[in-house]
Amino acid sequence: MLEAYLPLIFMLIFGFGIAVIFLVLSEWLGARRITKEKQTTYESGMQPFRTARDRFSVKFYLVAMSFIVFDIEVVFLYPWAVQFKMLSPEAIIAMFIFIAILFAGYFYELRKGGIEWQ
Amino acid sequence: MDIFSIVFYLFAVIIVVSAAIVVMSKNIMYSAFSLLFTFFGVAGIYVLLNADFIAVTQIMIYIGGILILIIFGVMLTSRITGVDIKSGTTGKVQIAFAGVISLVIAITLIFLFANTKWFTSELKPHQSTIEDIGKELLTNYLLAFEVASVLLLIAIIGAAFIARRKS
Amino acid sequence: MDIIWTLLEALIKAVVILTLILLFAAALGVWAERKISAWIQNRIGPNRVGPFGLLQPFADVFKLFMKEDLIPKAADKTFHRIAPIITLGIAISVYAVIPFAGDVQIGDKVYHMGIAPDLNIGILFVLALTSVGVYGITLAGWSSNNKYSLLGGLRSSAQMISYELSMGLALVGVLLIAGSLSLNDIVGKQDVIWRWNVIFQPLGFILFLVSSFAETNRTPFDLPEAEPELVGGYNTEYSGMKFGMFFLAEYANMATASAIMVLLYFGGWQLPIPAEWLGLQQGSISLAIVQFLNFMLKIALFVFFFIWVRWTVPRFRYDQLMNLGWKVLLPLALLNVLLTAIGIWILK
Repeated sequence: MLEAYLPLIFMLIFGFGIAVIFLVLSEWLGARRITKEKQTTYESGMQPFRTARDRFSVKFYLVAMSFIVFDIEVVFLYPWAVQFKMLSPEAIIAMFIFIAILFAGYFYELRKGGIEWQ
Repeated sequence: MDIFSIVFYLFAVIIVVSAAIVVMSKNIMYSAFSLLFTFFGVAGIYVLLNADFIAVTQIMIYIGGILILIIFGVMLTSRITGVDIKSGTTGKVQIAFAGVISLVIAITLIFLFANTKWFTSELKPHQSTIEDIGKELLTNYLLAFEVASVLLLIAIIGAAFIARRKS
Repeated sequence: MDIIWTLLEALIKAVVILTLILLFAAALGVWAERKISAWIQNRIGPNRVGPFGLLQPFADVFKLFMKEDLIPKAADKTFHRIAPIITLGIAISVYAVIPFAGDVQIGDKVYHMGIAPDLNIGILFVLALTSVGVYGITLAGWSSNNKYSLLGGLRSSAQMISYELSMGLALVGVLLIAGSLSLNDIVGKQDVIWRWNVIFQPLGFILFLVSSFAETNRTPFDLPEAEPELVGGYNTEYSGMKFGMFFLAEYANMATASAIMVLLYFGGWQLPIPAEWLGLQQGSISLAIVQFLNFMLKIALFVFFFIWVRWTVPRFRYDQLMNLGWKVLLPLALLNVLLTAIGIWILK
């Protein structure tokens, strides 16, 4: 299997290599006339105050949490989808039960307002 | 040294170095981000083991989901991103004690590794694992599969419970 | 010795593909965006550098390289550098699994027209790399230590993971029909126009299209860089070619998303009519060239659509965007999976 994946690994190294070259070129070729004002954080002309790394809405975290659960369910669907035409009717019904449980979980979360964004 | 070994050691170095950064970095954001390379290296090892579907799942779920959650968590607790997180109690005695324990564990593991009769399968590796996983999951391991869906349902209920709005 | 030939072949292909991405996807994409937006807004657009202003993107890139590269004092310098590398690196690497034409047979050796288009997990590799791409934007936002950047980065990552779900589920419909994850197999089954997946998967295609817009952060889902509220979004604190890298990656991603949609739903490099009707032989070089041009034309049409939408449709509000993703697209995508499965079962 490695032979099939070798070009892929190569392309990953190649792609990131190009990106690194771009970065190095940009830092090397660019003009350098740094002043104190240029190094301040941009805040639409205001004096920047405090750090940006303050607390933010917990909703982002909750979205990521819901995402993981559904993502795992989607990953379970892939092997089934690829094999679908070869499977017996019982196996297909089993999958429908799986999807039904998934749906139930989804509607529960919907009703509880877990995926409400306001 | 054949190409397999070269690729294996490449991934092994990525895993070990990044895992070391996870443990040793003083900046928690660096630790969290370094985990990305650890997961990536593990995915690479899965590819070498002919487990292509597991490798891509590793990236999709661990890097695409769980690590995002960890990084959000780090960013949310803003107070600790800038703080030196090196644990407070690193006196000389503790370091020596921890060192001895680690050494003993390492020696035991190397000893076991060298003395185990490893089972090598005679079967030829499959061209693609995803078809087999699909077939096995829905026939021989059907019960485990359905139980997994119930487990995920519990996880959704838990997530919804945490995320619910207090009225 | 075989390994060296494999790597050499991959290197040649990689260089060709890179030129294609940078020339077609990025340079021509930027030019097309400016020209089409000008046309839509009744302006002239770039017309000074080269014929019809075609060389404008190259002039821009040279200018960006020469620009001063600023890193704010408050920023985290390491992550500030890593973020554009991840974004651009991912945007280029994705092309590893995309087939550009049918296999070509020279002598008794078969050549794939792509780096690794026959890979068993092809399309999942694209999804996996997309999920890694979230890090470039999140880190850019976090490392800049700028309020606009941070908000842009956060919004973008939450948006991307939300729409990844509907995208992944819409994909299941195609997999049910194709029975394979390899992009070459998926394309191979769509050999004439009435076997293109879009005919069997109209709902799936629309879901995939909408999710693609969200994944590439294009209008109407460009909340991460909504100018009136967030200045430049996650790349506010980037200048010079580092900004250019995000910019290039955006256009490269747009081309990737178009290519994936063409491969999954519009027959990829397959011609609308059987190749025999044109008197071209399977596996010949001339057929491969026709297929390649055909593939590029389809991608160009999709890129045009992306640009057209950007200059026509207003931006969503963030709550509308998240609710659309979770409350509309996700259940619809699940429904699509069920309907497709039942449909195939009955027809079988």
